[in-house]
Amino acid sequence: MENNNNIPIDDLTEEFVVNIGPQHPSTHGVLRLQATLDGETIKDLLPVLGYIHRGIEKMTESLGYKQSIYLTSRMDYLSAHINNQACSLAIEKGMQIEVPERAKAIRIIMAELQRLTSHELWWGSCAMDLGAVTPFFLAFRDRERILDIFEGNTGNRLTMNYITPGGVMFDVLPNFASSIKELLVKVKEHLKEYEELITGNVIFQHRLKGVGILPRELAISMGCTGPVARASGISCDVRKYHPYDGYDKLDFKEIVIDGCDSWARYKVRMEEMKQSIHIIEQLIHNIPEGEFRAKVKGVIKLPVGEYYQRVETARGELGVYIVSDGGNKPYRMKFRAASFSNLGALKPITVGAKIGDLMASMATIDLVIPDIDR
Amino acid sequence: MTKEELKTYLVQIFPSNKVDETFDFPLMFVDKSELLSVAQKLKDSPETQFDFLFCQTAVDRIPNLEVVYHLSSINFKHDMVLKVVLEDRETPEVPSVYSFWKAAELYEDEIFDMFGIRFSNHPNLRRIMLGDEWPGFPLRKDYKDDINIVSL
Amino acid sequence: MIGFSDITKWIHDSLSSALSPGWVLASEFVLAGIAVILIVVVLVVVMIYMERKVAGFMQLRLGPHRVGPWGTMQVFADVFKLLLKESFAPNSVDKFLFNLAPILVLAVSFMALAPISWAPGLQLWDMNIGILYITAVSSIGVIGILMAGWSSNNKYSLLGAMRSGAQIVSYELSAGLSIVAVIAMCGSLSVHDIIMSQADGWWIFKGHLPILFAFIVYVIAGTAEVNRAPFDLAEAESELTAGYHTEYSGMQFGMFYLTEYINMVVIAMIGSTVFLGGWMPFHIYGFDAFNGVMDYIPSFVWFFGKIFMIIFFMMWFRWTFPRLRIDQLLKLEWKYLLPLSIVNVVIVAFITVMKWHF
Repeated sequence: MENNNNIPIDDLTEEFVVNIGPQHPSTHGVLRLQATLDGETIKDLLPVLGYIHRGIEKMTESLGYKQSIYLTSRMDYLSAHINNQACSLAIEKGMQIEVPERAKAIRIIMAELQRLTSHELWWGSCAMDLGAVTPFFLAFRDRERILDIFEGNTGNRLTMNYITPGGVMFDVLPNFASSIKELLVKVKEHLKEYEELITGNVIFQHRLKGVGILPRELAISMGCTGPVARASGISCDVRKYHPYDGYDKLDFKEIVIDGCDSWARYKVRMEEMKQSIHIIEQLIHNIPEGEFRAKVKGVIKLPVGEYYQRVETARGELGVYIVSDGGNKPYRMKFRAASFSNLGALKPITVGAKIGDLMASMATIDLVIPDIDR
Repeated sequence: MTKEELKTYLVQIFPSNKVDETFDFPLMFVDKSELLSVAQKLKDSPETQFDFLFCQTAVDRIPNLEVVYHLSSINFKHDMVLKVVLEDRETPEVPSVYSFWKAAELYEDEIFDMFGIRFSNHPNLRRIMLGDEWPGFPLRKDYKDDINIVSL
Repeated sequence: MIGFSDITKWIHDSLSSALSPGWVLASEFVLAGIAVILIVVVLVVVMIYMERKVAGFMQLRLGPHRVGPWGTMQVFADVFKLLLKESFAPNSVDKFLFNLAPILVLAVSFMALAPISWAPGLQLWDMNIGILYITAVSSIGVIGILMAGWSSNNKYSLLGAMRSGAQIVSYELSAGLSIVAVIAMCGSLSVHDIIMSQADGWWIFKGHLPILFAFIVYVIAGTAEVNRAPFDLAEAESELTAGYHTEYSGMQFGMFYLTEYINMVVIAMIGSTVFLGGWMPFHIYGFDAFNGVMDYIPSFVWFFGKIFMIIFFMMWFRWTFPRLRIDQLLKLEWKYLLPLSIVNVVIVAFITVMKWHF
């Protein structure tokens, strides 16, 4: 190429825009990232959303409160129980319903099992994004068993709609406790296996360490929550700071690692799985007897006002913001989705990195696309 | 600070603003012209340190539009709500708070998409969820949805 | 015992008695070509079945088990499906190069089979530079991959092809240098001579540490050369969807798929010939009784046993390791493997000059 104008050669090369998605194996859904590349290096990244936008917030305005809960299962489908729980808690807050102890225990067990399945799936798909296919199958062993427990107790495997205002939909099966005890033994064994297979792998560590660095200040400014924020040294576990459903009575550690990179995010989730098991173990031996659901009026009406309830899903903080005008339908219902805020962090941490790093960062941020679009 | 403490604090510091409360958080109404200065104070003041914008949304209270900012502090773990009431439905415009909280970039994109509220000085205001050619702003209460494409 | 040399001699004699020498040569070419293609296709079929079973084993599943007994017919069903599918070319591709690329990579991978010695006396072409020929020819394949990537008019394909180009050109060096270690010791480039030099012990078991090191480098570089995980950056389905063959479908995709497996066979064959003695049975110098027992195992069993052992290793890698990033991949080659291989070759040369080897 002629270069008479003293322009550096780099400036003469053309940039290259690649659409990663909406159909792409590692976006795990219909997310589209417009990546501007210079060779293999990412110069700019623009997330284009809306491919699975269903207008859940608009739909809730024409549905009742109870029906809206069912829609929340479809947002972050890997944390369906926890989403239901958030919505139920917000409604209970407005209606001043006291939830029976038994229901609270069941809710927490279900929520922690849900966190476990979500992290297991994340572990498998994270390894798959980095090119190792086998972990995906290994992770599905436990996930399958947990989903079987969900199926047996709630009737569904993915969108459970089990947690409802006032408690839970049905009582659990008689073998609930014993089946979970059996399961946890297996899960613990398998967690060790995961550590041996992937955590100790040199290639895997090299792919994650120092990749996708999200400094603490940026993570706060970006509104990151959940494991993403905790891996940047931010202590923000909703279960600790704004306890709900009796999390304050349980003993568990909030995992905060000040590593800021993808490796720290990986470690946080691996440790969180162990904490989830620890939480379930505290409850499973003595689930309180009694009612599984408080009496709730057939038509739910919230007093005029604004209610905000947050819970800790597997991906971070889910906020349910209800504006009520006193009617039987929410005037406005806003879901503050964890993935939506965490997505914002994707651009600053990947610009300047390689395409392979984008996959590693995206895998460790653990986006669920329906949660972003809602 | 607890909710009550925060409320009295806000009344002291911002005497000209109306302070109220929601079910969970203290609430303060701000005029859009002084939004940025209030936000600056709330973020930088060592007593409050509202460095975390965890939820930003809008509510259509016919005929007004409200932009709602849920702020939190990572250090103190206290929260509050800021509200900006917009009386202009045709060309509503608020200054963007992107310079204080980067999270606002995506939140404001979404609000623009759903409510048609423009944010001045926003780095890249676009219709993030719906297409550019989508008619109207769906989350407004006067949105015409003839074929029930969104509402049921 | 009837050796393969007796069979080939019998074919040659019976053809010579009926035809003129020119026609004999021509018909022998055709026969040999058909034989190689048949053997390789059978090998590939076995390998694809094996790959799926190995993957299933690693991933706690059964692998194919519905089509035919133990799923053995699955591969044929897949090939049949690929044959029936339309080889679709998108609108704005460079049609000529797009169609040429799969044929080129396939042809090149077949060419590399020429000097392979399959069994005593069964060798297509015992040229005196056999190993050099294989390494030279197998590097032409990258042109086909670049061609496929560029002509597809797809950004993913182009990126995949560029990665593949960088990768194969780099890893060729250390693969070549690790073979040089053995060549220096046995003093010949001919495949036959290399095998015969291992009559009293395979090179990796002779106790030369540089050779052992060269074998490890060779397996790593060989895996990289065939673009398989953990070096499958050219395809990298989670990054580039399918890399250079994103736009290919039907049998054109099938050809790339076939090429990958043939290249694996070629890498495994060179590896087993150079380091593991080819068809040479396991001999220990001095133990004649033991060596006699080993000789009873047919030579093709030895050869294919070694090939499949190396192939199994490559499959094992593929189903356990995550993928490297492009800069890590190149760093591994240029900063670690290549300098170490060069040092290794210098050591081997020193040993050879001092005549310390045996």
